[in-house]
Amino acid sequence: MTVSAAPPLLRTLVAVEDLRVRFGRAEVVRGVSLAVRAGECVAVVGESGSGKSVTARSLLGLAGPGSTVTAGSFRIGGRDALRFGQADWRRLRGRFAGLVLQDALVSLDPLRTVAAEIAEVLAVHDVVPRARRRDRVLELLASAGVPDPEARAGQRPHELSGGLRQRVLIASAIAADPELIIADEPTTALDVTVQAQILRLLAERKAAGTALLLISHDLAVVASIADRILVMKDGRVVEEGPADEVLSDPRHPYTRTLLAAVPSAASRGTRLSAPGTPVPPRPVTDVQVLAGTGLTRAYGTRKAVDGVSFSLREGETLGVVGESGSGKTTLARLALGLLEPDDGRVTLLGRPWSGMPERARRPLRSRVQLVSQDPLGSFDPRHTVGRLVAEPLGLPRRERRDRVLDLLERVGLPPELAARHPRELSGGQRQRVAIARALGPRPDVLICDEPVSALDVSVQAQVLDLLADLQAEYGTAMLFISHDLGVVHHVSHRVLVMKDGRAVEEGEAGQVLTRPAHPYTRALVAAVPKLGSAQRNASPSKSPEERHSSMNRK
Amino acid sequence: MIRRLLAGVAVMWAAATAAYLALLLAPGDTVDILVGDGPDTPEIRAGIIAEWGLDRPEVVQYLAYLGRLLRGDLGRSYQSQRGVGEILAGQVWPTAQLTLAAAATGVALAGVIALVTAGRGRWSRTAASAAELVSVSVPPFLVGIVLLSVFSFTLGWFPVSGAAGPEALVLPALALGLPIAGVLGQVLRDGLERALEQPFAVTARARGLTERALVARHALRHALLPVVTLAGWFTGTLLGGAVITEVLFGRPGLGQVAMQAVTGGDLPVVMAVVLLSAVVYVTISTLLDLAYRVIDPRVRA
Repeated sequence: MTVSAAPPLLRTLVAVEDLRVRFGRAEVVRGVSLAVRAGECVAVVGESGSGKSVTARSLLGLAGPGSTVTAGSFRIGGRDALRFGQADWRRLRGRFAGLVLQDALVSLDPLRTVAAEIAEVLAVHDVVPRARRRDRVLELLASAGVPDPEARAGQRPHELSGGLRQRVLIASAIAADPELIIADEPTTALDVTVQAQILRLLAERKAAGTALLLISHDLAVVASIADRILVMKDGRVVEEGPADEVLSDPRHPYTRTLLAAVPSAASRGTRLSAPGTPVPPRPVTDVQVLAGTGLTRAYGTRKAVDGVSFSLREGETLGVVGESGSGKTTLARLALGLLEPDDGRVTLLGRPWSGMPERARRPLRSRVQLVSQDPLGSFDPRHTVGRLVAEPLGLPRRERRDRVLDLLERVGLPPELAARHPRELSGGQRQRVAIARALGPRPDVLICDEPVSALDVSVQAQVLDLLADLQAEYGTAMLFISHDLGVVHHVSHRVLVMKDGRAVEEGEAGQVLTRPAHPYTRALVAAVPKLGSAQRNASPSKSPEERHSSMNRK
Repeated sequence: MIRRLLAGVAVMWAAATAAYLALLLAPGDTVDILVGDGPDTPEIRAGIIAEWGLDRPEVVQYLAYLGRLLRGDLGRSYQSQRGVGEILAGQVWPTAQLTLAAAATGVALAGVIALVTAGRGRWSRTAASAAELVSVSVPPFLVGIVLLSVFSFTLGWFPVSGAAGPEALVLPALALGLPIAGVLGQVLRDGLERALEQPFAVTARARGLTERALVARHALRHALLPVVTLAGWFTGTLLGGAVITEVLFGRPGLGQVAMQAVTGGDLPVVMAVVLLSAVVYVTISTLLDLAYRVIDPRVRA
């Protein structure tokens, strides 16, 4: 008897050749070929507008209204999808393949209970007789890691935490025991520890034999779970291969750019948008510009910020990390003087800043400026970019114009943008406008509240490089708030870790984020998805410690 | 809920006070106004002064008036010399019939149009929008006149006036209900289309739901929220519209009563109609508020 050494031939669940999707004249997917075999995880990675989501949805016949889908060949579940009618697609959806979308708060019907949403799949495909559906729903919730399913079943998405909601969404996708799960950005907008839990849950499903098609903008997220990776750009697959090969030995320049653009400990001191080139030195002086002592602020009985102290020196970036609800944004508002502390005090440039009448504060207002996550929300949509940037300057008309053009140039925007409206700009351009506006009054302190969280990784890289350049040139101190440890590690001189309103750890960025002392910081650092050896190979560089000492010498 | 009730009581009190102030501020001698076009003799004047307590200070009169209202005494009509409560009681039912029929017509038409055209081709949408725009912009009395001339005078399908039997209800209900159908239809369709674009609709489709099931189980509930809000506002216009429609179609009802009372200066009746409208308004908006909570359980939080 001979034992075959060859791996077992895996059944192909989906195989599509030359997939094209058009919306009107615009072709958003331009000849994509991909296959998913039973039990494997294929990841499609790309930035917004790369066509990755449309590709994934086309596999379920859900490309969207107004779309035209064509393909050279398209087989799914052993059948020819090119001949499918609506009824064929419906039999497939939920039963053969389940879909998990981003943000369960809106991806589950907010008006219906969790149990009703999951039971719907069971009812549509008549998987379980009506009488046993409730039991099955509870089993599914438990298997998706939802504690106390009995109590949760009757709740609605808004009553659950982000992580629990996402588990419910996964429970509804696996309810009819599909052979394939299509997960479109399943962990985006989740806190890093919750993201790690959801990835673990998906990995468990994969281990149980379910194939996984994972869509993400984040290479690090897919690194831990994908067997094969497809990199998409402008509707085409630019690179494809086994996960470790794509990550450690990327062939296509775009893949290399993507990998290099991920901020981390290893990328400190270098440009993210131009790997290998150093950012100009950002020296820190001993002059304290902003400080808070024993800050406490409660909303009702809950203390959003509880006894937090910090200090910020000229030219320094203090990174504030923590998960949602940890009090980061409240701290920012206290620092901006938009909120009065219940206890403790804030000083700005050595003068009292909190507890002052607004009249006394106004002359100092221009010294502290804000860059927020969603600049569109902080812009008057009827104003032009020029007017938005000019607003805080208060200069005579003629000088104002020159200064606006100068500021736009400083943040890398062409002068003709001054006449446009914010909604005509891309996300990256909007954030540049927000930075130009904040820099206008030449502030001593810039408060950045999740400034890059809504941006694609390559755009994020450009904005982070810009902030570093500006800090090097003007010596502006920055309070940099982010939930992304990689970003914070990349930009910060020092780091403050917040949990439940308290500062649990503070110190040099390299120290805190590579050798965390507090258990919570350790949990946070451990939960960050890693690219493994991939990134170091892509842009060889020194260890964080070496880097750190070189930073201090500057 | 208790807050809701208190607010209702406050609205009622405000309506009663406003009606009373209107009476006080109306030009001319109060006694003249109360006498109106009725017989005018010194005895009647003395009677009026005694009944309304016009020789007492205004504050006392006002409190006495509120006291009478609390006991359910609406006063007497000066035209017919009957109790106002008795007059209204006889006229409430025809008006209730008309407004309920109009509301049902409006909601049913809106529902059908929206469900048939939501998310469909551009042509059916455009046609429905145009029809809705026309029905909203044309005032009910004009719709009524057109309906009358076509279906009653020319075709003879429905009676020209009166309230005898259900046939007599068809045209007035249509005249009053069409503008409602127009507005609600538009809001409902917009709501449906917006709901069908939400991520949860993609999730639901990915479970294998048919479009019809998606609308019935998910989208409709979302689309109902703005409709319910609007329906509260429509209650007010329905009562106002009923006045015109009843006069036009020669139907008995509160509209006719109010019309005669206003032209004849029969203020006790006018005030009673104002109060009744306030009661109806408060009741219906409370009911809609409860409906809102059932449709969107997030409101409770």
